[in-house]
Amino acid sequence: MNYKKLDQGDLDFINGIINDPERVLYGENINEEYSHDELSDTVSYPDIVVKVTSTEEVASIMKHAYENNIPVTPRGSGTGLVGASVAMEHGIMLDTTLMNHVLELDEDNLTITVEPGVLLMELSAYVQERGLFYPPDPGEKSATIGGNISTNAGGMRAVKYGVTRDYVRGLEVVLPNGTVVEFGGKVVKNSTGYAMKDLMVGSEGTLGIITKAILKLLPLPQKAISLLVPFPSLEAAIGTVPLIIKSKSAPTAIEFMQREVIMDAEKYLGKKFPDNSADAYLLLKFDGNTTEEIEKAYEGAAKICLEQGATDILISDTNEREESIWKARGAFLEAIKGSTTYMDEVDVVVPRSSVNEMVEYIHNLYHEVDIRIKSFGHAGDGNLHAYILKDDLSDEEWEHRMTAAMDKIYGKARELKGQVSGEHGIGYAKKSYLFESMDPATVEIMRGIKAAFDPKNILNPHKVCQV
Amino acid sequence: MKILVCIKQVPDSNKVEVDPVTGVLKRNGVESKMNPYDLYAIETALRIREEMGGSITVMTMGPGQAAGVIREAFAMGADEGVLISDRKFGGADVLATSYTLSQGIKLLGDFDLILCGKQTTDGDTAQVGPEVSECLGIPSVSNVCKIIELKQDAITVEMDMTHDIEIAKVQFPCLLCVDKDIFMPRLPSFLKKQATKDREIRVISLEQLEDKDEKHYGLNGSPTQVQRIFPPESNAHREQWSGSGTELGKRLYQTLLDLKFV
Repeated sequence: MNYKKLDQGDLDFINGIINDPERVLYGENINEEYSHDELSDTVSYPDIVVKVTSTEEVASIMKHAYENNIPVTPRGSGTGLVGASVAMEHGIMLDTTLMNHVLELDEDNLTITVEPGVLLMELSAYVQERGLFYPPDPGEKSATIGGNISTNAGGMRAVKYGVTRDYVRGLEVVLPNGTVVEFGGKVVKNSTGYAMKDLMVGSEGTLGIITKAILKLLPLPQKAISLLVPFPSLEAAIGTVPLIIKSKSAPTAIEFMQREVIMDAEKYLGKKFPDNSADAYLLLKFDGNTTEEIEKAYEGAAKICLEQGATDILISDTNEREESIWKARGAFLEAIKGSTTYMDEVDVVVPRSSVNEMVEYIHNLYHEVDIRIKSFGHAGDGNLHAYILKDDLSDEEWEHRMTAAMDKIYGKARELKGQVSGEHGIGYAKKSYLFESMDPATVEIMRGIKAAFDPKNILNPHKVCQV
Repeated sequence: MKILVCIKQVPDSNKVEVDPVTGVLKRNGVESKMNPYDLYAIETALRIREEMGGSITVMTMGPGQAAGVIREAFAMGADEGVLISDRKFGGADVLATSYTLSQGIKLLGDFDLILCGKQTTDGDTAQVGPEVSECLGIPSVSNVCKIIELKQDAITVEMDMTHDIEIAKVQFPCLLCVDKDIFMPRLPSFLKKQATKDREIRVISLEQLEDKDEKHYGLNGSPTQVQRIFPPESNAHREQWSGSGTELGKRLYQTLLDLKFV
């Protein structure tokens, strides 16, 4: 693509709109952070970073970019893992982190309207203080809600409550030509034309820029109890998951973890985990309004675990206990990252009935490909995170073994009728796997949708379905 | 080794309301839990038992529902439970509470080691442990953050004195008040909970104690008079400013100057 290179005229135009030199970063003032995201080795600097504060600013800049054929990349906290928020064609980066206001809490409709830069941890704390509940719970709490919507983030409560898409009611979006549109709204049902709102969710900043989101809330469950279940082996632990799902006991989360990862987290947090007697654990969470109600709900699942060889069921029923477990769980990614020199990740999702097969396959790959792989994840929803670690391998060896491991994992996921990404998205880094696994006709439709939204292809080019 | 752990049921919230008229904590409607510091005391007891053998008795004073924390201690691995409960014990301050506990302990017999949490999260006085040891005439160490050496007749511990660490060796019998993070408390076990659900909890009332004088217990035995209880003021004042970095910097400096912080 031939894009226009940002020049002094564009800079003057942007400064004229923003009128605050501290919100316009140019040249050497662009921090290194803006050249990459949290994980992928996709690196590219934007020519200019604009910290926008309003829809109007986004619309004006977008219109200018459209008229002048300048590429634009939207970005939240930059906690993505697949390079979706990296400016591959340089140009303008729109940083939405200052658009971080809660605009309205509508207790009549149980919705909250927020700007895209509100952090997930701010959002959940805000609603919880008011007795309400925003269920999506990805591990990365410092991600922005705009980023969560853009990747359709899932998180740990997906087993019972679903993913981000299920909680987005309406969006205000600035289209690539600068037009501001609204998709969806506060309505609960909607059969009015194509589901534009749902198309935006998970579009990874390629179709439009989200400037406002109306999110659905639930009443806050009064109490949550987690069960930490030690198993003698990973196989025994993970083999239990399909049985729990089949038992209809409705936990909010089913996570699996291995001792090694727990030890990494202990080291990373400088805090002990409440148990380290077993090689593998399942972590189940149940919520409800009274302790009795929850105890009744988990009894069936506890029985299944014991029948499958669990050595005990450990009960976490207070805030302190919950924190000691879930804080460690939330730190797994960072902890694994800290245990090696470099890593790449796989975020495959398979049907829930096949989750044990997938986990065991990844576990055994360690021997086959001779590379360290650590995994943990949302066993209950079939979404697994495997981290392939570089350690002391040479760049060449790493590239070779990592690619071999990835190819095998994605191949196995395809065989089990799974998908390339459960919640992290495709971005830039996972495109080749999407092309391999997706029907070419579907990819063509996706490209058509992209062209309908963004005929000049200026918004976040080279991402998702584009070469 | 015979170990006793003193535990207490506290409100499961840090936002306990105070009745403005009576000045008494409103406990109704607030779920309760074991005092978090006591979990460290129980864990310490379990670790010592793992090393030295013996038995762990847990004891609490309170109304009937306080038995809940004893059941929880059973699910963590404690062997026996004692509930000191009598209407006449109600309204006790730290002195009367300590005296009542020590009377209960005397009734139970000799212990080698008595463990308490450093303090409770409702009263926060950190006085009951040391006062119990006074009543029993045994040595005590507070703020114990680490066990250095454990022997048949004595224990060597580190005590956290905020600015420095003091090491103390104490002969058994003694009383230790343990600080948080001495050990990570284990979680209650579902299997142990099921196995102990019918285990008897011994209940002790005034008439079983050696000293039966009502004036030494409850409100009667409490020299402390509570004038007023109020939650600490929480400062939730927030201001949001907007402007350029230079403007905000100047304003922040001026504000700090006005508040005499700089």
